[in-house]
Amino acid sequence: MMRNPGYMKASAWLGFIFLYAPIVSLIVYSFNESKLVTVWGGFSFKWYAELLQNDQIIDAAMVSLRVAVISATLAVVLGTLAGFCLSRFGRFRGRLALSGMITAPLVMPEVITGLSLLLLFVALEGMFGWPAGRGTTTVIIAHTTFCMAYVAVIVQSRLASLDESLEEAAMDLGAHPSSLFFLVTLPLIAPALISGWLLSFTLSLDDLVIASFVSGPGNSTLPMVIFSKVRLGVTPEINALATLMILVVALGVLAAAWQMRRQARRAPAA
Amino acid sequence: MQLSEQIQNPVPAQAPVDVKAPWHRSDTEPFVRIENVSKHFGDFVAVDNISLDIYQSELFCLLGGSGSGKSTLLRMLAGFETPTSGRILIDGVDISSIPAWKRPVNMMFQSYALFPHLSVADNVAFGLKRDGVPRGEVKQRVAEMLEMVQLGHLGRRKPHQLSGGQRQRAALARALIKRPKLLLLDEPLGALDKKLREETQFELINIQENLGVTFMVVTHDQEEAMTLSTRIGVMNHGEIVQVGEPHDLYEYPQNRFVAEFVGSVNLFEGQVIEDETDFVRIHSPEAEAVFFINHGISCAPGQKVWAAVRPEKIRISREQPQDADNCIEGTIDEVAYMGSLSVFRVLLPCGKQIRVTKPNMARRFDERLNYRDRVFLSWTGDSCVVLTS
Repeated sequence: MMRNPGYMKASAWLGFIFLYAPIVSLIVYSFNESKLVTVWGGFSFKWYAELLQNDQIIDAAMVSLRVAVISATLAVVLGTLAGFCLSRFGRFRGRLALSGMITAPLVMPEVITGLSLLLLFVALEGMFGWPAGRGTTTVIIAHTTFCMAYVAVIVQSRLASLDESLEEAAMDLGAHPSSLFFLVTLPLIAPALISGWLLSFTLSLDDLVIASFVSGPGNSTLPMVIFSKVRLGVTPEINALATLMILVVALGVLAAAWQMRRQARRAPAA
Repeated sequence: MQLSEQIQNPVPAQAPVDVKAPWHRSDTEPFVRIENVSKHFGDFVAVDNISLDIYQSELFCLLGGSGSGKSTLLRMLAGFETPTSGRILIDGVDISSIPAWKRPVNMMFQSYALFPHLSVADNVAFGLKRDGVPRGEVKQRVAEMLEMVQLGHLGRRKPHQLSGGQRQRAALARALIKRPKLLLLDEPLGALDKKLREETQFELINIQENLGVTFMVVTHDQEEAMTLSTRIGVMNHGEIVQVGEPHDLYEYPQNRFVAEFVGSVNLFEGQVIEDETDFVRIHSPEAEAVFFINHGISCAPGQKVWAAVRPEKIRISREQPQDADNCIEGTIDEVAYMGSLSVFRVLLPCGKQIRVTKPNMARRFDERLNYRDRVFLSWTGDSCVVLTS
């Protein structure tokens, strides 16, 4: 190992600059007075004000938030069930296949996930008439599908680190097996559920590729609107919007990380 | 002359009997009856046809190595495993078909299994709340119980804010609050360090005696079993090898497994050459000696037996003792000074190692025994046990 502190510091700074210089420049330019993105014309909140006047962007933001909240919630419910199955039912037929398939969406290229979901929705509509057309519903289903995988992995690892005798202890003290989940298991995995929800929320808010495949006209999510606007040229308004999104996503990720750290600190003592 | 004196007053081969103990009386009913209980996991027999009677207010210890089936037996009593065959009665009631959450049995887990999301007081209250005990009573009983285990001031803490010893007491309080008929303890002192373990040991016995609850402890630590229990059941390969008071097991082991598992022992293989009602002589080719044991055994002539002598019952000396019943000669191979006593490893001419312990009575001894000294090992005829299996 190199033990030269100067070298270590320098390489750390280089890494940070490489990662964050683009983001910092975007944030700085969002406060630019000038209409030209690359020319600094003084500090102003002008573009933030303009952003709030733009109905198209506000509508897309509302769609994105609604999709993110609903699909994160659904993903937590389904992901918890899947994670619970994987860690608690021991060796059942198809366990390996299930655990492999659960984590597949984590590594599957988004284009493929998006395309396959689109084909599925079209086929379903043809056969059952549901979901009728592409819109918010299909985006929610698609986002739930890939967010669920993340939740399942988080819940599974949390359950694996839990002392199984906790459930036996509850039973020993008179708790009926049907009440075990709400009395013991749920409170113990609650931190994992919260971080899973926050992560799903952030992922859903970020997604462009899958949403582009499965959403319909009039139901564009925020990333889709930004992407289409940028193709016509970057305006400072987009910079302002991007800054706000970075803020929301960063808060979500920080909250999820804080939750996981808190639970990791408590786990060894428990 | 001493030899003939001893023959006139032979020491019984069986342990002296305490007639007041319930397990020696015919008029007491056992409180917990385990009748021909077996547990199979596929082809593996974890518990093999065990029958065991435990009496009211006993502190019974199941002692055995890992995989001996002791934990499986405990889990069957708690209701987490169902016996493959046999039945279990507590206070005359067959509990085999009663599920774990309705049994009058509580368990203290090896990991303590305290609920990390609940405070100590809520952990202790958990069992009472499940039974729908009124709030006021719950509060009062929890406070009393916490006071008893000296955690009265820590009720609001979370388990991870407690020390190891405090967690152990919280787990005990939680298991005792429902006033179970039988309390199961899985390695209760296993997670504590040595010093704390000794204190906790006596605390546990005190609590048990005050409450009069029947305790069943599972442990692999023979010292823990010896100090805690009224009786010990030694388990091996799913079977109970011997049941007895700690003193019985140590001084009168019935077979080689118990002799070696409980404490340490020197075993000499040999053949009976003289078998009378009140003494036997055993020829041991290993030690090139004939051993005299002043109690009779029942065995076939010429049968292979083992003479077992505990390390502390052997006298070690430089000079040959004049009137010893048994005496062999060897060389000190290793000396371990342990403060209160010294442990010697003595090598016999045949290569067999004998373990001898000697209390360090004097502060300094001039005649310190050293590595490579030639010594005589001697013991009396009553300090040796003959084992046939």
